[in-house]
Amino acid sequence: MTVLVIAEHDNVSLKSETAKVIAAAASLAGDIDVLVAGSACAAVAESVAKLQGVSRVLVADNPVYKAQLADNLAKLVVGQASGYSHIFAAATSTGKDLLPRVAALLDVAMISEVVKIEDADTFVHPIYAGNALEKVKSLDAVKVATVRASAFDAVPATANAAIVALDVVINSVCSELAHTTVASERPELGNARVIVSGGRALGSADNFAMLETLADKLGGAVGASRAAVDAGYISNDLQVGQTGKIVAPELYIAVGISGAIQHLAGMKDSKVIVAINKDPQAPIFQVADYGLEADLFEAVPKLVELI
Amino acid sequence: MKVMVPVKRVVDANVKIRVNAEHTAVDTANLKMALNPFCEIAVEEAVRLKEAGKADEVVVVSIGPKVAQEQLRTAMALGADRAILVETDEPMLPLSVAKILLAVQAREQAELILMGKQSIDGDNNQTGQMLAALADMPQATFASMVDIADGQLTVSREIDGGIQQLQLPLPAVVTADLRLNEPRYASLPNIMKAKRKPLDTLTVAELGVTLKPHQQILAVTPPAARKAGVMVASVEELVDKLKNEAKVI
Repeated sequence: MTVLVIAEHDNVSLKSETAKVIAAAASLAGDIDVLVAGSACAAVAESVAKLQGVSRVLVADNPVYKAQLADNLAKLVVGQASGYSHIFAAATSTGKDLLPRVAALLDVAMISEVVKIEDADTFVHPIYAGNALEKVKSLDAVKVATVRASAFDAVPATANAAIVALDVVINSVCSELAHTTVASERPELGNARVIVSGGRALGSADNFAMLETLADKLGGAVGASRAAVDAGYISNDLQVGQTGKIVAPELYIAVGISGAIQHLAGMKDSKVIVAINKDPQAPIFQVADYGLEADLFEAVPKLVELI
Repeated sequence: MKVMVPVKRVVDANVKIRVNAEHTAVDTANLKMALNPFCEIAVEEAVRLKEAGKADEVVVVSIGPKVAQEQLRTAMALGADRAILVETDEPMLPLSVAKILLAVQAREQAELILMGKQSIDGDNNQTGQMLAALADMPQATFASMVDIADGQLTVSREIDGGIQQLQLPLPAVVTADLRLNEPRYASLPNIMKAKRKPLDTLTVAELGVTLKPHQQILAVTPPAARKAGVMVASVEELVDKLKNEAKVI
């Protein structure tokens, strides 16, 4: 049994999701190779080599892989696939874009957002916005799956694996015209120990600053419901939910969020959930460990003051 | 230019589903069904391309039971020109759906395949990418903006941490994200008109597609219930509980 993990990175640094996918792969007790495809990504390869459990780091370093486009990356992965029983990537926007393409080229089905690996063929993943867990047995020779990073603990950086350069160059028919990233000083949503999330009730982008103050005080990240993103209060990459980020921090504070099924899908595995809402009937109170029925414009400043 | 829009019939987004007593499946009997929200966005975008003079025809395709005709009629009431139902009562994995759609595409020769990024039942987010792979077309997933000019497609994609803008040649597969557009409501006259639009029914066998089993569902279980929480009376009590009981701050 040999697992190929596709590394998640931005050509400069390795994303924390990769260490979590390696942890998931390690439960299969086979060799783990990690593919780093990118441009000028040597530093990323070195970070991967240090992760516990990694046997080899395969590096395809070429400008054609800079934008991490699915059409050529899928061909690169399929070209390397022989000999691997499992191909995993994190269920990030890059992993979700790439892996189904890889699976189809290999003529195998795929399992999305794996939260538990029972054995080499059996995987558990959520369906219906996390309202059911489906356990599937794969009958395919190669198991292709994206792994939900929040369901696994990262492996430590204690090793020193070999780095193997791949000189395979495959061009993409697509070209990247622009790439805009939202700069933030705060921890990434996927890594944050604490997340303070706001909904429509915040009323304006200016009012979101209140949540940022609270998040900063707790050393956490800021998230949002779809309503808050659609209203333009905050950038869409901070949306938590079925179609946004899936998070599981130690503490999730939902402020002015009613708790629609689609939002709960993204945060109900958080360890402790706090809900602040002035509507006592809001569904968010059904999943909250601590609920406070209050006006958020009074409660949040007071919380900032007391913490 | 012809645009093909694959659409899916799913349990309505606002319905809370239940797992059946045998833990073998989600109980969908007698639940309100609807057009998958992301498919609705894809239909809307295709219709807007037509209204902008960039597309000539919008064909919607669904794979599923006979009743999926309802969702195809809905899509036609939103502005699609005609519909194809590939009738089957078998549950389909995304790979199988992609293979069937590939066979439909072989007949239709659409230059743009526009579809939702995921269905809200399986939550797989695979079919568009798989179809693109099988058709050897480029893909632009999670689209929040689509434009066509000079035979090239420009798409903004919602990616983790920001936005990526891609240019890709046609034919191509684009999957719609939530923020691509706000779907319109079907007006009553359009619902009436949609009843007269053509709807062809095909079978998987007619398309010459052979499917093989890839997965076996062993169990479907409800997620672990969270233990009941408590309501606190004040911010002071909340801070005290978080510090001393939950010990998270």
